[in-house]
Formats: sequence, structure tokens, C-alpha cells
Amino acid sequence: MKEKLAEIKKAFIERAAAAESEETVEALRVEFLGKKGLITGVMKLMGQLSPEERPAFGQSANEVRNYIDSKIAEKKKEIKALELEKALEKETVDVTMPATKVPEGSLHPLNKVTEEMKRLFIGMGYEIAEGPEVEYDYYNFEALNLPEGHPARDTQDTFYITDKMLLRTQTSSVQIHVMEHKKPPIRIISPGKVYRADNLDATHSPIFHQLEGLVVDKGVTMGDLKGTLEVYAKAMFGENTKIRLRPHHFPFTEPSAEVDVTCWGCGGTGCRICKGEGWVEVLGCGMVHPDVLRRCDIDPEVYSGFAFGIGIERTALARYGVSDLRQFFENDVRFLEQF
Amino acid sequence: MKAPLKWLLAYTDIKNEGTDAFAEHLASEMTLSGSKVETVDKLESKIHRVVVGKCVEIVRHQNSDHMFVCQMDVGEAFGGVTQIVTGAQNVKLGDHIPVALDNSVISGGREIKAGKLRGEVSNGMMCSFEELGLSSSAFEGGIDDGVIVLEDLKMLDGADYDSFIGKDIMEVLDVCYKDHVIDFEITSNRADCFSITGLAREAAVTMGAKFEMPKIVVKEEAEGYAKDSVQVFVADETLCPAYFARSVKNVKIAPSPKWMRDRLEACGVRSINNIVDITNYVMLELGQPMHAFDRRTVRGGKIVVRRAAEGEIFRTLDGVDRKLNANMLVISDAEGAIGIAGVMGGENSEIRPDTREIIFESATFDAVTVRRGAKSVGLRTESSSRFEKGLDPMLAKIAIERAAQLVEELGAGEVEKGVVSCVRKDAFLERTVPFDCDKINAFLGTDIPEEKMAAILTDLECRVDAGKKIIVPPYFRHDLICLADVAEEVARFYGYNKIESTLLKNCEMTLGSRTKHQRIRDVIRNRMSGSGFREMLTYSFESPNVYDKLLLKEGDFHRNYVKISNPLGEDYSAMRTSMAPTVLRTLAFNYAQRNKAAKLFEIAYVYLKKENEEELPEHREQLAIGAYGDMDFFKLKGVVEALFEELKIKGAEYEASKELPFMHPGRTANVILEGKNIGYIGQVHPLATDNFEAPRNSYIAVLDLAPLVDAAVEIPKGKELPKFPAVTRDLAVVLKKSIPQGEVIRIIKQRGGKLLESCDLFDCYEGIQVGPGKKSLAYSLCFRSAEGTLTDDDIDKQMKKILNGLENIGAELR
Repeated sequence: MKEKLAEIKKAFIERAAAAESEETVEALRVEFLGKKGLITGVMKLMGQLSPEERPAFGQSANEVRNYIDSKIAEKKKEIKALELEKALEKETVDVTMPATKVPEGSLHPLNKVTEEMKRLFIGMGYEIAEGPEVEYDYYNFEALNLPEGHPARDTQDTFYITDKMLLRTQTSSVQIHVMEHKKPPIRIISPGKVYRADNLDATHSPIFHQLEGLVVDKGVTMGDLKGTLEVYAKAMFGENTKIRLRPHHFPFTEPSAEVDVTCWGCGGTGCRICKGEGWVEVLGCGMVHPDVLRRCDIDPEVYSGFAFGIGIERTALARYGVSDLRQFFENDVRFLEQF
Repeated sequence: MKAPLKWLLAYTDIKNEGTDAFAEHLASEMTLSGSKVETVDKLESKIHRVVVGKCVEIVRHQNSDHMFVCQMDVGEAFGGVTQIVTGAQNVKLGDHIPVALDNSVISGGREIKAGKLRGEVSNGMMCSFEELGLSSSAFEGGIDDGVIVLEDLKMLDGADYDSFIGKDIMEVLDVCYKDHVIDFEITSNRADCFSITGLAREAAVTMGAKFEMPKIVVKEEAEGYAKDSVQVFVADETLCPAYFARSVKNVKIAPSPKWMRDRLEACGVRSINNIVDITNYVMLELGQPMHAFDRRTVRGGKIVVRRAAEGEIFRTLDGVDRKLNANMLVISDAEGAIGIAGVMGGENSEIRPDTREIIFESATFDAVTVRRGAKSVGLRTESSSRFEKGLDPMLAKIAIERAAQLVEELGAGEVEKGVVSCVRKDAFLERTVPFDCDKINAFLGTDIPEEKMAAILTDLECRVDAGKKIIVPPYFRHDLICLADVAEEVARFYGYNKIESTLLKNCEMTLGSRTKHQRIRDVIRNRMSGSGFREMLTYSFESPNVYDKLLLKEGDFHRNYVKISNPLGEDYSAMRTSMAPTVLRTLAFNYAQRNKAAKLFEIAYVYLKKENEEELPEHREQLAIGAYGDMDFFKLKGVVEALFEELKIKGAEYEASKELPFMHPGRTANVILEGKNIGYIGQVHPLATDNFEAPRNSYIAVLDLAPLVDAAVEIPKGKELPKFPAVTRDLAVVLKKSIPQGEVIRIIKQRGGKLLESCDLFDCYEGIQVGPGKKSLAYSLCFRSAEGTLTDDDIDKQMKKILNGLENIGAELR
């Protein structure tokens, strides 16, 4: 009897080794472990044994059954894994085939630059103010110490609608709107379109963008203006950027300055971008003229302030290495998708 | 303002090193103290490598009957003796003659190279006056027919000619003005810097040097008195606070001396004759425009400063007839105008070669009047651009003396005694300006001692009274008015860049923020970008003809645009009233660039005229979307709905619209939000796309921004998820094709009540199975109650209600 069991085990091992599909393994299970299977068959013969022999034989038979049972489970798992592997093999894709496109949009580079500036100044406690583009002469010129007949008006070729109405030439007009409606402390920036009668070329456009800044409070100093612009320059042009103030004249600020930053191309040693100067002019600024404050009912004996105006296009040209300003307004999708 | 360095530094004790580096250094220091330098140019001779050579041998050319072969000693530096062939007939042995060497440049940029002339080597060329760009008439003894022989020239009589060998001929003839010219940008507040002396004063203070005005002495050698030659009447004192005149007899019109011509020309002013040059020289030197009248042409010997008559015609120096108006000031004589005050003189009184007596004018005219006058006749002159910045009577008084002095120095005539003047009483009044050291330091954020401030102001010729806390600015500084002006002067010369940087250390913190409008605008922009659209930035003016291209009817409100009165051109003269042309033009541009598809958007203003045209136009902010390629009505609608979803705006509806002539009549909808039309969406009419050369499959959506901002929910309230299961039922109905799906769904939602959680169209069929003129719509309805699980009975009741409602519009259950 024992020999019989050993034969069955041996036969199973041989057959199992040859089995390659789940079906064959299942058939083996039926053949060996099924109700009419070989093990069951041997068990049936147990009656022929003496009672003393039965437990030992029963134990051996069970051992063989368990062995076969576990081997079959193992075998099944093995085959499943193999089959999955084969199936996955069939699903192989060429990973170098082109991707399925997800709709890809973008924001305009001029607006991206403006957004960076907005974030910077909001972080420094500024609000964003907006004002009209079609504007009264008063806000664009008169209230800013540029009365009719003032020669500095010539430096800003103005588009007029009527004698009293024009397209604003500077975002500085918003200063007046803000100060008429809000009392200090005032900290605002005002980005927007401005208009000047320049023909379109690589560096000029009749419509361009500025970002105005205005701070009015008790005890505001020119040192504060300088410190603020230093933070701006470092944020926009890099941590190592230095600034340089050159005295200038704007009728609505006194003292006034133009501001250069160390060239982002060469760091100040001189290159093509800065035309060998090492410095690039980026903005105009100054301390708000007492007459401007007074006109807005803010007492210059109590309050002082500073203002600055940044050219967005120039900053964007520098930032993105674009050489021709016209591209910003053509809106060719191939240009826009780069940003 | 061009300032030749030699002239500028003549009024200072700054040592002119004459090098490029010195000029650049001065320019950069001046820039940092507020006189912005545009360019630094080098003035030098355009003639190169033309040197004096001595003829040490001369023989006839063997192959020519008129040429000579000469051995010229041009000096060790240029190789000693060299052979030159010449056709000139005035060369003798021992003569000193300019020789253009190999690789030299002569007049007109002509290059001279060594070569052979009829077989004989010639290492250059001997030069005539013409070949050096000079005129023989300026050199006594010089001839035109032949080369220059130094021995012939009177100016070099008795010189050691051999010492000239190898020297630059232009230097030997003293015709080379070498200098650096710095071009300064003059701001409108600094009329005083519109002059060499003004810039010299700035340079001196900048460099810590001394400045001195030219010493002026007039001898008045003529017998007569100016008051017998000319009388001056100022009719309008407010427009002409000071007028000074001097008369000169026995005038000899001649060229100016070389030093004066050099200075004028270095400033970019053409030399005319001694008298005209003197007026220009004084203007450049002092900043005071001057004028000289031919005494013969001043009728009645009378000068009247008056307003022009309206429509008066007057011929200016340049020969152009100008129409004047009553806001302009003219200089007239007893009979009529002889000059436009501060702008330009008249042809009738100009200085001519035979002029024998002149009257000099040095006057102060009102800045705004000169500026307007110059503008209205379209003449902006050196004179008007100085007057318009505001000049002081004291300057006029100094200038008339300076001109008289120069007449005497140049021997151009005899100055008569006295000055005829007409001066307003207050013309020379001094002003005071507040000066407070502590306030200035508080304003600048500095700690500059009072003595330092006072020293700077004194250098600038202000009189400082620290006790009274005032300064008296010099006559030429009209721009110093308030404390801030004084602070700027202090800061300029203390150094802007020495001011310590601070960050509003005296101020309280403020909260930086954006308004809801600004936040929502950014959300929309980011959403549109996320939906695959690219943000564009466009011009806000248009050609008026875009409204024809949009097929708009006469009288359409879009045609009522804000018009630019002085546009760059007709095509840029109309402020846009619609975003459609902007979008179409951009789509057309992309199409022309052969871009297969373009999806673009922008948030921008259209400008709508108010009924009262004196009011500013409404700046209506709109979201404009445009696309072609991979786009259809429903895709675009999906983009708009995704936007509403982002903004948590519910309940937007779409109404078929045929009212916009530039939109496809069957594929356009108005977008309705809370009962209001907030914009449109659809395909562009093919006639309109053709007009703009945009592709036929162009789609546009335009939505007003304000209602979107109002409706947007920034902080939505969260709801608990349902506890009870939902029941789904399908519903298919057949109805007339003409009934919009939106109508069906509106009825379903209305009848379904609050138990109906959602209702989605999942099929739309037209065809033989439902018969002609009909369509089948199939919906998936989802019911749910918050109170408990719904029974079939509950649902049946709702379905019955819905069906009843649909039967009212003729729909049948399929």
C-alpha cells in the first residue's frame, strides 16, 4: 500500500512538472484529489489493512494529499503569473509614439510680468487701483503740474479726443483718482495701458503698458523710495542687482529721478544689452510734488509720498529675451505658446 | 543741447585733459548730478594721413609731357623720402607741400593708395585746397590752380618750413577743430541749462570747481545814441516783461572769426555772417535768444511789441507766409510786423550783405505765448524752445551787453551809446524760497549738516539765510519755488545714491490686497488658459471701416465710437466699441501665418460713448474668446460652461439669436444670466470672416465681465453628501424638431420638483423611425430624497407630472 502511495506521488510530480495550463492543472487535481481520484481510490483500500496499520497509513495518505494540494495551488499561481506576463507583453506600447494632447493654454508675457510685479507689491502692502484710459486732460496733465502750455507736454505726444479729453499718456493719472477718494495711508500700484503717438517699430508702440506706484503717508522719505525700488530690482532682475538713481525732472515729483539697474546681461561690466554702459534704465520716480498733494486735499506739511512708473514692455523684453516689441501685439500663437 | 567741451570748460577752472576718458568721466559725473548725457562725440578732422612733405628732387616724367616725378621728404615717421608723381605745375624744388600718403583719406572720404602713373611709382598724392575740403579764398596767397605750397601762404610768412615736415597739414593750416561734444538732454524746468554757461555752472559744482561768467565791457565808441536810432513800445507788458535794444552803426558784414565759427559749428549751428553769428553765439552761450534787425527796414525807427491781428499774414525769414492769430505776439515797426516774438524774424528785416546799421533785440517773452505761437505756425525754433521754458529779464539785460561787446571785439561795427529798454516794474524782483535743514533731512531720509546744504546752495549761486530759513535763488533759477525744489538741489549734489535705503520705517503696516473684481478676473484668465486658450493683448483702437466689415447697419450703436482727433492714421482713429474686430483680426493674422488652429482670449475694454459727450466713455470690460480649427459651437459652449463651473455660476441659459449681423444666424446664442443678456457665443458669419480674411470656421464668444464678477461665488458652501439611494429612470419623448431641447429640459426640471436631482440628455435622434419633422430626445433622470428611500410610487407620481407637462408642448412618450 505504501508503495502505491509513493507511486502516486511520483506520478503526480512528473505530470505536474509537465503541466503548462490552468486546465491541465485542474485536470490533475481531479485525477489525483477528486472524488474518484487516485488518492481517494487508495484511501478506499484502507479497509484491507489491519487496525494497527491504518493510522500510519492514513497519515501517509494525508501527507501525500496535502502535498499534492499545495503543489497544485502553487502551480496554478505560477501559471497565472505567467499568463498575466504574456498578456501584458501583448499590451506593450511604443512609448516613443506622440502623446495625446491635453489642451494647453497660456497667459500673455506682458501680463505675466505684470502679475509678478503685482504679487511683489501686494506682499509689501499695496492695493491695486485702476483708472480710465480715455481720460480728462485734468487727471493726465493739469493735476500733475502740467498745465496747458507746459513744455513738458511735448515729451508725451498725446492722442486727443477733445480739448478736455485724451488717451492717457501715463498711469500717473490714477494717482489723482486715488488721492481724491482715499486718504493716507495710501499704498497702491496701478498697471494699465497708456497711449502715445509713436509709430510702431521694434522698440516703440502707440499703446504700451506701465505700472504706477504711489505711497502717501506720514514720514515717507526718499530713502524709502530708494529702498522700495531696490527690493523691486532684486525681485525682478535677480538678487545681485544694484540700482542707481539719476536726478531727472518730472513735473509731478520733486526730487525726481530716473532709475538704472545693473545690466541683467552682463551684471554691470558692459554688453550688447546695455550698450556697454553696464546700466539699463528701467523706471522713473520721485517724491510726490507738494502741489499735487495739495490739489487732492492732502496737506503736504503733514504727509509726504513717493511715486514711480515702470515700463512693462521693457521689462518683458529683458525678461524673455524678446528683441522686437511688435511680437507682443501680433498675438501669433507660436509666439504666445513659448511663455 | 550740444556742448563742445573746450567752450564749456572755458568758464571753469576744470582742467581739460582732452582725452576720451576725460570726456566720458565728465559726462558720467554730470549725468549723476542731473544733467543727463545723450551722447559724447569726438570732433576731429575727416582728413587722415595727409602730411607736409618737402620736395627734394623734381624731374619730368618720361612718358608724360605734363607730369613730374618728385622725391618728397615726409619725415622719419612716414619713411623719410618717398616718390610722388604729380600733374601740378606749381611745384618747385624745396617747396613744402601737403602729401596724401598711401592709405590716406582726403575730402569726401576719398581713399588714396600707392600706385603707378604711366609706369612710375607714386606713393600718394600732393593735395590742393579743394582736395582737402578747404577754400583757397580763406588763405591769403593760396591758389586754386595747383597744389598747396606753404611758402605761398601769408599766414605762414617767416615760419621755419622744415619744422612742418611730417606734420598733419590740417594742424599746420589750423583748420582742424578737435574737441569732444557732449549732447545733454535739457529738461523743461532748466531753461538755464539750455546754454553753455548754464551747463558750465553745473559742471563746476559737480566737479567741485569754480565757475565764472564772461566779463562784459562795452565801449560804445559810436558818436550817436541808441535812443535816437530806435524807440521801443511794449503794448502788452504781461506778455513781454522786458525788452532791450541797442543800435550799431557802420556795420561791416563779414565772415566771423574762426574761433566763433568753430564753436557754433560744434554746436550744430551754421555760420552765416558776423552779426547773425553773434546773435546765435549769445543764445548758445547765455541761453538768451537774440535778434538783429536791419535798421533801414525798421520803419519809423520804431519797435512795437503787440498781439498779432487775427488772420494777419507775415513772411518769416525762411520765406514762408504764416497766418497769425491774436494769441500770438509780434514785433512790429511803425507799419507792420517784422518778427514773430521769440519764434522767428521776418524776411523784410533780415540782415543782408549790404546792411550798415542794425538794431539788436534782447527781450523776455511769455513762455506759454511763445509756445502756443510757435505751435500754431508749426515752427519750433532754437529760440522758441528756450523761451517756452521761461527766461528771466536779467538774462535779457546781460545778453544785449554781451552782443554789443562781441560786435566791438569782432570789429563788426560801432555800438551806439545807451540801451533802449522797456521793462516792467517787477521785472527784477527777487524771490525767496523756504529752506529748512531739518525738514529737508526728514523728507530725504538723510542727516546732512546745515553747513553742507548751505555750501551746495551757495555754489549754485543761491543766497542762503539759515537764520530766516530762506534762500534767494539766482535770477536764472525760476524752477526753485518750494522746499522740495531746494531738497532736490541738496540731494543732487549730496548724491542721490548716498541716501540710505529704508522701507517705510516710519509708517504703519498696510494690508496688500486685490478686490473681488481683480481676483475674479484672474480666476477667469487662469481658467481660460487651463481650457487651452492663449491670452492675447491687442490695440484698443480700430479703423472705422471695421463696422462695415462687421456688416452693421447704419445707426447701429457700435458705429457711435470715440474718435481720436489726431490719430496716427485713419486706420487707428476709432476706439473700439466691439471686441469682434479685434478677435477676427487676430484670428486672420494667425491664419495668414498658416497656423492650423488658434484659440485665443483677452479681457479688455470696449469704449462706449455716453449720451453726454463731455463725460468719459463707459469702459466696459469684456472677456473675448476667439478660435478656429478644432472648434465647433458645442466645444466653445463647453469652454464657457467650464468657466461658469469654475466661478460657481449656476443657471446660465442660451437663447438662439439672429440679431448680430456678423454672426451665423443659425449658430449663435445670447448668453442669459439672471434674466440679463451678458454676451453672445457662436460661429462668425462667413461674409464677416471673408471681410477680415479670417477662416470660415471662426468662432467667437464675448461676455461682459461685470455680471460674471457679480455672480461668481468665491467661497461656496459645502453640503453633506446624500444618505439615501437615488433612483434612475430613463425618459424618451418624440416631439417637433423645431422645439429647442432647452425648452424640454426646462419643463422636466420644473415638473420634477425637488425630488429630481439631475436630468441629462443622453440621446438625440432624427430619422425615419420617428418620422419627418420630428426628433427623439432621451433623458436620464435621477430622483433622490434627503428624507428617505424613494418608492416606485413616489417616482411614478413625478414621472406622470413631467409627462403631462411635456404633452403640453406636443411631446409623446416614445
